[in-house]
Amino acid sequence: MKIRWLSGVLAMFFVLVVSPVHGGSIKINGSTTVLPIAQKVAEAYMKEYPEVSISISGGGSGNGIKALIDGTTDVANSSRFIRDAEVKMSVERGAYPVPFAVAYDCIVPVVHPANTVTDLTLDQLKAIYMGEVKNWKAVGGPDAPVVVISRDTSSGTYEVWDEKVMRKQRVFPGALLQASSGAVTQAVSRNRNAIGYLGIGYLDSSVKALTVNGIPGNEETTLSGKFPIARPLFMFTRGWPEGDILHFINYVLNPHKGQKFVREAGYVPLF
Amino acid sequence: MKPTPHRIERTIRFVFLGTASISILVLSLIVLFLFMEGIPIFSKVSVPGFIFGRRWYPASSPPDFGIFPLLAASVAVTLLSAAISIPLGVMTALYLAEIASVRFRAIAKPVVELLAALPSVVIGFFGMVIVAPFLQDTFHIATGLNLFNAALMLAFMSVPTICSISEDAIFSVPVELKEASLALGATHWETLYRVVVPASLSGISTAVILGMSRAIGETMVVLMVAGGAGLIPTSIFDPVRPMPASIAAEMAEAPFRSDHYHALFAIGMVLFISTMIFNLVADYISRKHKQAGSATL
Repeated sequence: MKIRWLSGVLAMFFVLVVSPVHGGSIKINGSTTVLPIAQKVAEAYMKEYPEVSISISGGGSGNGIKALIDGTTDVANSSRFIRDAEVKMSVERGAYPVPFAVAYDCIVPVVHPANTVTDLTLDQLKAIYMGEVKNWKAVGGPDAPVVVISRDTSSGTYEVWDEKVMRKQRVFPGALLQASSGAVTQAVSRNRNAIGYLGIGYLDSSVKALTVNGIPGNEETTLSGKFPIARPLFMFTRGWPEGDILHFINYVLNPHKGQKFVREAGYVPLF
Repeated sequence: MKPTPHRIERTIRFVFLGTASISILVLSLIVLFLFMEGIPIFSKVSVPGFIFGRRWYPASSPPDFGIFPLLAASVAVTLLSAAISIPLGVMTALYLAEIASVRFRAIAKPVVELLAALPSVVIGFFGMVIVAPFLQDTFHIATGLNLFNAALMLAFMSVPTICSISEDAIFSVPVELKEASLALGATHWETLYRVVVPASLSGISTAVILGMSRAIGETMVVLMVAGGAGLIPTSIFDPVRPMPASIAAEMAEAPFRSDHYHALFAIGMVLFISTMIFNLVADYISRKHKQAGSATL
């Protein structure tokens, strides 16, 4: 999260430093989940096309879409699809929002490498995170207590977990909340009884990734839609993009340019 | 205008008044900001509902803003760390001031004070990487990130404060008092606990309270090692989430001026009020039981 703060500061720095350049300018606002992608791609883009200036801020998906409707931003980053009410509001203001899926966010459950469990169903994961399953024995593991590790409730990673795994149920209060993916990795790798979840970009050998409903979480299963704990990330534009904005969106979607940075930011690229 | 001594005097007085006012001004602005950002949450949840509510789900819909588990965690962590740090700090201070040789004291006191210079993130990292696995393996508990680990790490942080301030208090007990006691035939030990400790009690109490107020407001350590479960602790090995940890973990991503944001500021208000009470009590004790010379004992 510190990194997100930092990137926010960097984004403001960009605004201040880059805006005097003549030529086109693109304003991007929205989801903090998409922010690291937008940040890296924009940096590379401006290096290649110094005449275009890009200013980025991360105010959350809802704020980004609201800014798009109001016309105060050119591109809205969003970690969810636009809602019907928002489309209606936007059309009333004379702009049809156009979605571009730019990446996928894939969240994988992880356990300590010594844990014998290799697969859990979505329902088992839900029961564990609701505090109903308290012993690994109940899901085919050793006779040991389950230590549930979750993320703070305002993180994008938690959002996916909440939406895809918990489905309207709350994570029970006994779950250990960690403030960053790094802290989750630390906590899981040092506790044989722990279970946690990480974005696919944060997986390493110190933790064991579990398969969900028998499906491993990787780029292939995410793109084919088989892996259940994944979601697309979007950039929305006001109407079909033109000029600099079209050029930028194309850059983001280019497998050799923008998509390279998607993987660097810890997400699954489209191609 | 020729600068007269009187005029210089007045100018200097204004300069010092100005510098002194800056810190007061800054403090009052921060407090004002804290309350302005915190109070709006009470239109969504009542004050008792906020303080005694058992559930903290600020980002769910509908949200729950009950900080009782966080408050209980802060109190538990502070009390447990005080139970560790008070005996350690005060006894170290007694040893350094009364028993240790001058040469040992000259080395040991700066070392104890250097403990205070350790950044809290380093202590937190130590707790997370070394102490937590150790606790897990030794006591066969589910997780080493818990109340006890946090209290232990916080005790490390408050020992230097407690030790250093009480040592000063003990050291400044007038030597006539000790000499009188020894002259009446009391042993060194009797002099220590019947004369020296009572005479420096106000200083020691101030030290203890300042040490505890450091523990209750400490953020990084509890964020890293307390575990982070929003439960009211029932054992010292339960994972907990004290108030500062909650604020630090959630503030960065709480939408600006949302209910969640205001609720986090309201937690800040509760924290501010509790540390303020600690400091007022420390001030009161040190004023009331001030040892002025040797005549008042």
